[in-house]
Amino acid sequence: MEIRFILNKKQISIDVKADAVLMDVLRSLGCKSIKCGCETTNCGLCTVWIDGKSRLSCSVLAASVDGCEITTLEGVEEEAAEFGRFLAAEGGEQCGFCSPGFIMNVLAMKRELQDPDLEEIKEYLAGNLCRCTGYMSQLRAIQKYMAAQKEKEVQA
Amino acid sequence: MITIDNYAKPATLEEAYKLNQARSSRVMGGMMWMRLGKAHVKTLIDLSGLGLDEIHDEDNVIKIGAMCTLRQVEECEALKELFGDGIAESIRHIVGVQFRNQATIGGSIYGRFGFSDVLTAFLALDTFVELYDGGIVRLSDFVNRAPDKDILLSVIVRKGKRKFRYDSIRRTKTDFPVIACAVVTGIVHGQETWYFSVGARPMKAALVEKKWEIPADASEEMIADYAKQVVSEFTYGSNMRGSAEYRRHLAEVLLRREMSSILAEGR
Amino acid sequence: MSMTGDHTAKSSAEEMRIVNHAVPKVDSEALVTGKAVYTNDLAPEDCLIVKIIRSPHAHALIKEINTERAEAVPGIECILTYRDCPDKRFTMAGQTYPEPSPYDRLILDQRMRFVGDAAAIVAGTSEEAVRKAMKLVKIKYEVLEPVLDFRKAKDNPVLVHPEENWRSLCPVGADNKRNLCAHGVSEAGDIEAVLASCEHVIDRVYHTQANQQAMMETFRTYTYLDAYGRLNVVSSTQVPFHVRRILANALDIPKSKVRVIKPRIGGGFGAKQTSVSEVYPAVVTWKTGKPAKILFTREESMTASSPRHEMELHVRVGSDDEGNIRGIDLYTLSNTGAFGEHGPTTVGLSGHKSIPLYGSPEAFRFTYDVVYTNVMSSGAYRGYGATQGIFAVESAVNELAKELGMDPTVLREKNLVREGQVMPAYYNETAKSCALDRCLARAKEMIGWDEKYPCRDMGNGKVRGVGVAMAMQGSGISSVDTGAVAIKVNDDGFYSLMVGATDMGTGCDTILSQMAAECLDCDMKDIIVHGVDTDISPYDTGSYASSTTYVTGMAVVRTCEKLREKICERGAYYLGCPVDDVEFDGEKVTNLKNGESISRKDIGNKVMCFNNEALSASEAFSSPTSPPPFMAGIAEVEIDKETGVVEMVDYAAVVDCGTVVNPALARVQTEGGIAQGIGMALFEDIVYSKKGKDYSNSFMQYKIPSRLDVGNIRVEFESSYEPTGPFGAKSIGEIVINTPSPAIINAIQNAVGVTIRELPATAEKVYRGMQELKD
Repeated sequence: MEIRFILNKKQISIDVKADAVLMDVLRSLGCKSIKCGCETTNCGLCTVWIDGKSRLSCSVLAASVDGCEITTLEGVEEEAAEFGRFLAAEGGEQCGFCSPGFIMNVLAMKRELQDPDLEEIKEYLAGNLCRCTGYMSQLRAIQKYMAAQKEKEVQA
Repeated sequence: MITIDNYAKPATLEEAYKLNQARSSRVMGGMMWMRLGKAHVKTLIDLSGLGLDEIHDEDNVIKIGAMCTLRQVEECEALKELFGDGIAESIRHIVGVQFRNQATIGGSIYGRFGFSDVLTAFLALDTFVELYDGGIVRLSDFVNRAPDKDILLSVIVRKGKRKFRYDSIRRTKTDFPVIACAVVTGIVHGQETWYFSVGARPMKAALVEKKWEIPADASEEMIADYAKQVVSEFTYGSNMRGSAEYRRHLAEVLLRREMSSILAEGR
Repeated sequence: MSMTGDHTAKSSAEEMRIVNHAVPKVDSEALVTGKAVYTNDLAPEDCLIVKIIRSPHAHALIKEINTERAEAVPGIECILTYRDCPDKRFTMAGQTYPEPSPYDRLILDQRMRFVGDAAAIVAGTSEEAVRKAMKLVKIKYEVLEPVLDFRKAKDNPVLVHPEENWRSLCPVGADNKRNLCAHGVSEAGDIEAVLASCEHVIDRVYHTQANQQAMMETFRTYTYLDAYGRLNVVSSTQVPFHVRRILANALDIPKSKVRVIKPRIGGGFGAKQTSVSEVYPAVVTWKTGKPAKILFTREESMTASSPRHEMELHVRVGSDDEGNIRGIDLYTLSNTGAFGEHGPTTVGLSGHKSIPLYGSPEAFRFTYDVVYTNVMSSGAYRGYGATQGIFAVESAVNELAKELGMDPTVLREKNLVREGQVMPAYYNETAKSCALDRCLARAKEMIGWDEKYPCRDMGNGKVRGVGVAMAMQGSGISSVDTGAVAIKVNDDGFYSLMVGATDMGTGCDTILSQMAAECLDCDMKDIIVHGVDTDISPYDTGSYASSTTYVTGMAVVRTCEKLREKICERGAYYLGCPVDDVEFDGEKVTNLKNGESISRKDIGNKVMCFNNEALSASEAFSSPTSPPPFMAGIAEVEIDKETGVVEMVDYAAVVDCGTVVNPALARVQTEGGIAQGIGMALFEDIVYSKKGKDYSNSFMQYKIPSRLDVGNIRVEFESSYEPTGPFGAKSIGEIVINTPSPAIINAIQNAVGVTIRELPATAEKVYRGMQELKD
């Protein structure tokens, strides 16, 4: 079946099978940032935005995103790189395999929550597993990034 | 792995219902659990686009469309106003925000899963479900029905003034519950009634109703006796997350704490 | 000629420009912007999809395989069974030849040894075709009685490896006719006499699980033939050079026919020190000539991989009334599962890296058996046996403290190993660098031990306890691990750093570049580093055994020293003066007599024209010793007195890894290791069915900690200076996982009096313990 959707601001029209999952379709379209970590909806590596909300692309039928707007890390590369510098300064990307999904959810959180405290940050990102870092460096990076964002706003 | 031949997005409920009458048709919710099963589905029916993704705050009830995500329910102000943080508490531990942006209330309730926090919570609230063909039925009846070919349209919670508490024990914070307990009190037919729902026993949530009038200043011992009594009316089993004996103990502790917290509010 | 300095002897106090600084990883930008740098991102589109049909039985013989109908599925390229594979046994363990792990495997075997063992390989042009064909392969099994209880495996009449061509290359005490993968004893002094004369003897048995490394990127490999007809293997591995040998052994082809390339890796933690996935696409490509790819599912990664060895450890610790530890006796029973990968070696660390934490016992004995059983094979997981041994010995010492009525930190202060001491249980090595005493003191300060020990009732039904443990590890395998490094000078004078050590996300490409930049007095941007390619990279045993910083790091230092000499020589030649008259400051070679100089850039360009000597250097390093890093960890937990639920509150850790090469990366290593240790201590359970099926087969059932489960983790460093290491550095990678289990168990003990000896410490176990205390 043919579906149409907007991927990173570009109109896409593609033929998919009824049981194709979004993750595979997006990777075939070149969005290699999307990773599969678990197959059971537990790890958050495959996080993309569908109509602005973080979702697990491993469990979304491609057929069901007809007419939707999809954003992957490739679509917010500059913003990801900006936050990524804070993450890298803490060494919080380590192997990097969970970074794209994690960063997508951090950026979603930034859009959804105003001034989240530490507990709110942890809870929002609980669905993003990481085996390398023990999470602390990621939290430090988020807090520094958010402080820097605020500073930017104040200056602007 | 699930295989699907056709994906259908019907334009009307009637069409959806008709499509679902075929033996190898299935209605999809968030695709969280269905995808993990080993099924061959001829026609998968997507109910999005039928207006089932809204929460309606009506005069006497709150009507939650079956395609509402768990995240919508978790953040619903109307439910918060009525029942405090209990509903959100029953949802916020489920995997992660991405999961809850996708999993639907319809999928959670229709699935009648043993581990379901959502089922445990709504069961205690004396909830009704609206079915396309079967009309409006009590969730406590629906929960014991075998899955059929009807379509779940909405979950209906009446607004009557009640107190609600929800708690669970989990191995990790986002794991399935080892036990899930909900307690609700309110006046039913002029009489104070307590609803106790215990899920993940590991069997699916069940409901016990008690017409108890417990004074607000009841002693902790007294409350513990009530908890003991109600806990003995459920059955418990063992699996890799806990033994039957431990689950029973946890249910007793949690139900007692929840009752105690409700009573303290009345003081 | 004058050099800027001997870099091994550079004191840690001396200001360094790049080493000891938190430099971001050289590959970080690609990683955080999701670039296609991992194995599956790079695999060609036309790879055959390779999948494995796995045994549903723990022990069985294949009686019949019918592949006819499956082969007829359109798109199926080949279906391989044991009849198609060489009958020559090998090991998948990534170890230096001759490997201590027995040669007990075939690519495919007629005998199935665990639920999940490979029965057949299916390769086809699409995932769909392969799945369809897998269902059509009909296999008849003769189901045999399995050996599932590792306590009953030794000398069991049922043999896991009865075959005649089973082979052990090293004298590790292996005997396949007794289900023994290894056996050994090491001792000093008369342990029985010492323990008999001790006023206090703690005699306990501890049990640890076969924990999963659970790296986010599962095992994966793709293979193809190149223009020379050689097998090219791109794989997520920690041990590319060992994989080359393993594949040559498995396929029975010359090693010269194999090339292994390591791209970015999504975590390893030891899992990828075993060649778990490589042989399957390799045999398909070798047979068909076509590119092939295998991606392990998470379920396969959890059920047919290389987890930690399950161990049962029997400890006896004896002391006098004052708490002077006089003797330690340890017997370790290790479960290697169906195959012997890393079986004979992991077990050694359970004694050799736990007993030496205590400075001067009069006697020690360490005995072990490693047994085959019909569960998934074990492998290497961060800590490599030390984790299990330290859990047991540290727990026993904590139980001794309890019996003596002593503060466990005070008991340790009395007995811990100190700088300059000889460690009899650690191959008689001397602790040349050891700040363990300072680590413990600082960790106590960080947590507020004196105010919090043993526990505080929080008044809301909850009680908080603190608990302590110490740890050590090694820095590479002494007299075995070898790292070679090459650096060449290119046009405009930039350097190519070639290493065979594998960055698995841990940042060794970065820290080795830091060392090179420090030695060569240049900036990080002047150095490019190349990922591992066995055709190009100098030999390195691989990234395991906490070897990279210490072993490969020293090779970098040596190579740089050599290269500096050569740069001086070339500079002097171009300046027309004797080499003794010049100095290289990193940017230019200067004739000290007349001030004339030539820049590195000009030298780099000049050597590319009319030049008869390559401007490059390559050196290797191997160490006769393996200097241990040390560490102290203190956990604070909160326990619900009614439910037994344990909540992590705080974890204070202080590490002595010698000079810290990159503080940000070392800190993250430590935090990450502690989080994994917390998972091991509290959550990560392995549950088998009665027939040997592993139920803990997904992230849904095997729960690694989320960010809500680890509490606060705080890390500091107390540096010693290791005279044999690069810039005084020792290792960091593995030691960091060793303290949480014993420290958390001790905290639980101090909070509610319950001692858990079998991990993980679930709430139910704590609750049951509290009930028993009440009764």
